[in-house]
Amino acid sequence: MLSTRYTPRIGRATREAYGDALLELGRKNRDVVAIDADLAKSTFSWTFGKHFPERFFNIGIQEANMVGIASGLASSGKIPFISSFAAFALCKGFDQLRMGAAYPHLNVKVAGSHGGISIGEDGVSQQSVEDVALACALPGFIVCIPADEVSMTAAVHAAAAHRGPVYLRLGRPKAAIVHDAPLDFVFGRAITVRDGDALTIVANGLLVAQALMAAERLADRGISVRVLDMHTVKPIDVDALTRASRETGAFVVAEEHLHHGGLGSVVAATLAQTVPAPIAFVNLGDRYAESGKPDDLLRKYGMTADAIVTAAESVVRQR
Amino acid sequence: MPSPPVEQLESIARTLRVHALRAIAAANSGHPGGSLSAAEIVTALYFGGVLQHDPRNPDWPDRDRFILSKGHGVPILYAALGERGYFPVDEIMTLRQVNSRMQGHPVQGMTPGIEASTGSLGQGLSIGIGHAIAGRLDGRHFRTYVVLGDGECQEGQVWEAAMCAGNYELDTLCAIVDWNRFQLDGAVEDIQSLEPMREKFASFKWNVLEVDGHDVQAVLEALNAAKAERGRPTCIIAHTVKGKGVSFMEHNNEFHGKAPTGEQLQVALAQLNGGQEAGVRGGRRDGVRGLREQSPKPSP
Repeated sequence: MLSTRYTPRIGRATREAYGDALLELGRKNRDVVAIDADLAKSTFSWTFGKHFPERFFNIGIQEANMVGIASGLASSGKIPFISSFAAFALCKGFDQLRMGAAYPHLNVKVAGSHGGISIGEDGVSQQSVEDVALACALPGFIVCIPADEVSMTAAVHAAAAHRGPVYLRLGRPKAAIVHDAPLDFVFGRAITVRDGDALTIVANGLLVAQALMAAERLADRGISVRVLDMHTVKPIDVDALTRASRETGAFVVAEEHLHHGGLGSVVAATLAQTVPAPIAFVNLGDRYAESGKPDDLLRKYGMTADAIVTAAESVVRQR
Repeated sequence: MPSPPVEQLESIARTLRVHALRAIAAANSGHPGGSLSAAEIVTALYFGGVLQHDPRNPDWPDRDRFILSKGHGVPILYAALGERGYFPVDEIMTLRQVNSRMQGHPVQGMTPGIEASTGSLGQGLSIGIGHAIAGRLDGRHFRTYVVLGDGECQEGQVWEAAMCAGNYELDTLCAIVDWNRFQLDGAVEDIQSLEPMREKFASFKWNVLEVDGHDVQAVLEALNAAKAERGRPTCIIAHTVKGKGVSFMEHNNEFHGKAPTGEQLQVALAQLNGGQEAGVRGGRRDGVRGLREQSPKPSP
């Protein structure tokens, strides 16, 4: 847990950490197979592919077929990791994920890269802002959005160790490191990256680092903030949320996703059923973004430390 | 595994039809047309010595895989699995009832012998590729069979999979298209033609065979020819008749997804049994039972 001032230290992109972790996994487990749909150099599945060409299938631009193949591989005992841009893996492969992974509860691991709007210049068609909602809608799926290279590495190994379908969201830009290795990482267990008692910021992905920066500024204004890295949206960490609700009494939920169906929805539903508390939401809202530099986009669409501070100040007043 | 005489296989196909129709009628729900058209295909696979499988050990790693991609035809598959001993054959009569393992479309992990959850069309061939690749990686020699509907082949994913299997030279993969020429809303040719089908699969680097899908001997020969093919997958276009075996269902798309009434069922059973319904529970079932005892079980 970070108790001193948080100074952002830029690490690798989580997609790059994914590739390295997959390679390490491949060395340990012969049943790990990777498939990509012509984005292997962007998703970094190629890191695995160039070392294990016999277990790597770049099947071309066929996301539906890719998911179906993974279903068959898993049914025959393999551990398929399939990767593409999150927008394509989830949106184009959704029915196949439903029928071929979720319903039969197969051991299919889905890595959706370039999540959120921080992919930047490519614009809306490539920006995945619905993926968490879609993945959470699939019964039995674990849905995980690691914040940095440390937690992504841990998440890839946890995904392989878990028996059942897993969705991992990977990011394009280099990500600030928020965790120390080795990390005690368990799906469904939030990581408290900063403690406080006046407010809890629940965040995942790139927004964890933003949350830490926001927390420092709020602390300077006398608001003691807890920051939870809620890397796993499903299953959500009910204990961490209820404890935070009792101990801090107000929340900001920050994520790089649409308002509906993401982390904010899950946190709100959880608190409504346990220890209700006021919540402010920092997310894309109910709209699409545009082309632009990642930082410019995050600023324009309100997913920054600034936006978290503003939301925090309003929600604390509601306590 | 040797194949039993053709007459016995024909008798089994009739028995499977009877099971499927009785179950659909009992459920008052289901798809008779596409179940009946696939009867000889399923018979050849499960009773003609083609599939290497073990009903007592459905997860045997070296078993051949069978995927019914046209999941709505599942009553005929339940009939075959029941007769093969994957579950008590009478369980078929619980088709589509609450708390039954005989779901309206195939469900992997629920019903013994069902290898894939299908019913959302177009997905089975991709799943078959996954099995075939896994077999290749593990050095296992099992084969994977996927039955597709002709209307189903309008789905784009079928052609993603066809392209992929051809390029990967998956000779352990065999697709059988139940070419019954009808889909829910009418004739395939009128709605979205698939022709030239043979050329389509051939251009995707498949070995393509065409057979009369109700000539069980011809289906068997095609399946065995596919086994011998090296370096490319085989597609068997099985020319069939929707509703085959029941005069008022043949070529009548009204029975794509409608159950027969009690009266219609009696007429259908009479036709299938040469006028004697009792024969189904007696002689014809004995035919299947006899076969069960004869068939050597592969040992896992």
